[in-house]
Amino acid sequence: MMNIHPVKGPIAANGERAHEADHPTSLVAQFGADQPLRLECGVDLAPFQIAYQTYGTLNADKSNAILVCHALTMDQHIANPHPLTGKPGGWLTLVGPGKPIDTDRYFVVCSNVIGSCMGSTGPASTNPATGKVWGLDFPVITIPDMVRAQAMLIDRLGIDKLFCVVGGSMGGMQVLQWSVAYPERVFSAMPIACATRHSAQNIAFHELGRQAVMADPDWAHGRYVETGAHPHRGLAVARMAAHITYLSDAALHRKFGRRMQDRELPTFSFDADFQVESYLRYQGSSFVERFDANSYLYLTRAMDYFDIAADHGGVLAAAFRGTQTRFCVVSFTSDWLFPTPESRAIVHALNAGGARVSFAEVETDKGHDAFLLDEPEFIDIARAFLHSAATARGLGRAER
Amino acid sequence: MAVQESLPLGTSERPMLRVHRADHLLVADMVETGSKVLDVGCGEGDLMQLLESRGVDCRGIELSREGVNRCVSRGLAVVQGDADTDLDNYTDDAFDYVILSQTLQATRQPKVVLENLLRIGRRAIVSFPNFGYINMRLQLLINGQMPRTENLPATWYDTPNIHFCTIKDFVVLCDEINVKMERAVALDRYGRPLRLNAPWWFWNMFGEQGVFLLSRAQKKPAASPGDYIAP
Repeated sequence: MMNIHPVKGPIAANGERAHEADHPTSLVAQFGADQPLRLECGVDLAPFQIAYQTYGTLNADKSNAILVCHALTMDQHIANPHPLTGKPGGWLTLVGPGKPIDTDRYFVVCSNVIGSCMGSTGPASTNPATGKVWGLDFPVITIPDMVRAQAMLIDRLGIDKLFCVVGGSMGGMQVLQWSVAYPERVFSAMPIACATRHSAQNIAFHELGRQAVMADPDWAHGRYVETGAHPHRGLAVARMAAHITYLSDAALHRKFGRRMQDRELPTFSFDADFQVESYLRYQGSSFVERFDANSYLYLTRAMDYFDIAADHGGVLAAAFRGTQTRFCVVSFTSDWLFPTPESRAIVHALNAGGARVSFAEVETDKGHDAFLLDEPEFIDIARAFLHSAATARGLGRAER
Repeated sequence: MAVQESLPLGTSERPMLRVHRADHLLVADMVETGSKVLDVGCGEGDLMQLLESRGVDCRGIELSREGVNRCVSRGLAVVQGDADTDLDNYTDDAFDYVILSQTLQATRQPKVVLENLLRIGRRAIVSFPNFGYINMRLQLLINGQMPRTENLPATWYDTPNIHFCTIKDFVVLCDEINVKMERAVALDRYGRPLRLNAPWWFWNMFGEQGVFLLSRAQKKPAASPGDYIAP
């Protein structure tokens, strides 16, 4: 039988996802009307909330806190099962007891970014002024806005200086923004597989994804919550396209090649004959269960707007001048979304600014996603960098 | 056992006490404690680690990915880069010393690299294999073949060393680009310094490598008023 609907959507998940947006299975910091989040677009967002997870224990002088900044479609559940999907934590290769981001040694904070849909205020949240879901009435946010919100959370937690800020991809952009906006609050920084600005090609891929969402009739100009639908087909296509950019030709070839899915011969139809098609459809349909379509529009937009040099008179080095932060920049050989030259540009700017910086390019065929995977060379580098930074910060070993 | 797990690989793999190379010890002795150093071509970071253990703030550049990753996993601040192209990105006077250890002969433009070293650093420490070493000369003279030694085992067709020079050549270059030699040491094949009062030709013949502490020479002094001759 021919599969004419490319992707099946789980309507049942809508309610659960909507509930999580306002009442997350997480710690929540509320900010009232007296503490607005001043957004770059000129709007003061108030009231708003930040959903976050913590792991480990803050030491007495509050010097062992690591802020993990999550990537585009990830969230704060980096080292615990996900409340919607039940899958294990999103960054267990790096975060946990005995891992490089050792929760026996460090106090780890990860907050859902503003504009996302896992409990921090975003387009999927209820607008208290109207009692309805924000949808497209939510103001457009930027990476600096996300970081400003995180800084308010870190203030709320009583932490003056973070021991380290770590993140990959969009998380890496936040790390760079942290080190530029609050250099005195960041002892060390690990921007991984990222860039100081989003490239034209990456903006183009994001536009493709957004157009796929908006072309779905169920999107209803962003008012799908009122119609009770969710543009799962459009969002799934967006995810499928994006997912290809997270992998590499070599990895796709190694994992799937031209192998057929549960069949020997082509069906001469548009069914998922190839394993790679089946895999992508699965990626698309599982994504829509947990992610809000409007959030996807807002977060991709935030990445598009990111350009640190533009905020510093076009001179990237000026952004990092005189920084005392210790940096470890990491890129991956087969990452074509944030290729090594992007990381090299960060390193050149840091060198010109006199920063203490390490930079390693890790050889892998796993593409951009490598930073989330078990990549021993990368994990060793993260462990050693954090260990030497901890020694410099005067942090003792883990007590066990 | 749990504590062992949290050790970075860099320190758990290697013994705590290590034997330092003779030329590294010599270079390290030239660097003042508390200064800021850039090691260009830092390899696996042995010299950097020696310097950091002596209270020197050290950064490194290394061409090979394996070398860089090894350094970073030893906790050293090293970036992947090329002495020929990436030194341009560093600002003037960014370091107290810039070290180029056994790397000059592998650069495409040794003169430009040398000038860059003394732009970025107030001082430069350069060590290189001496192609005028008696063993080298004899191999070429008697065997009629490109010399190979224990320290330079590569054949002519796969060597990364494309710009060999002798100690004498290097001294001439320093004069040419107005570089002041603050200290010069020639080491024999065992890494021992040759007699200090030996003449240049002796060093050029019996030194297997040269180690130089360089600084920018004063600009040629402007003619003093007394020298001025009215037209």
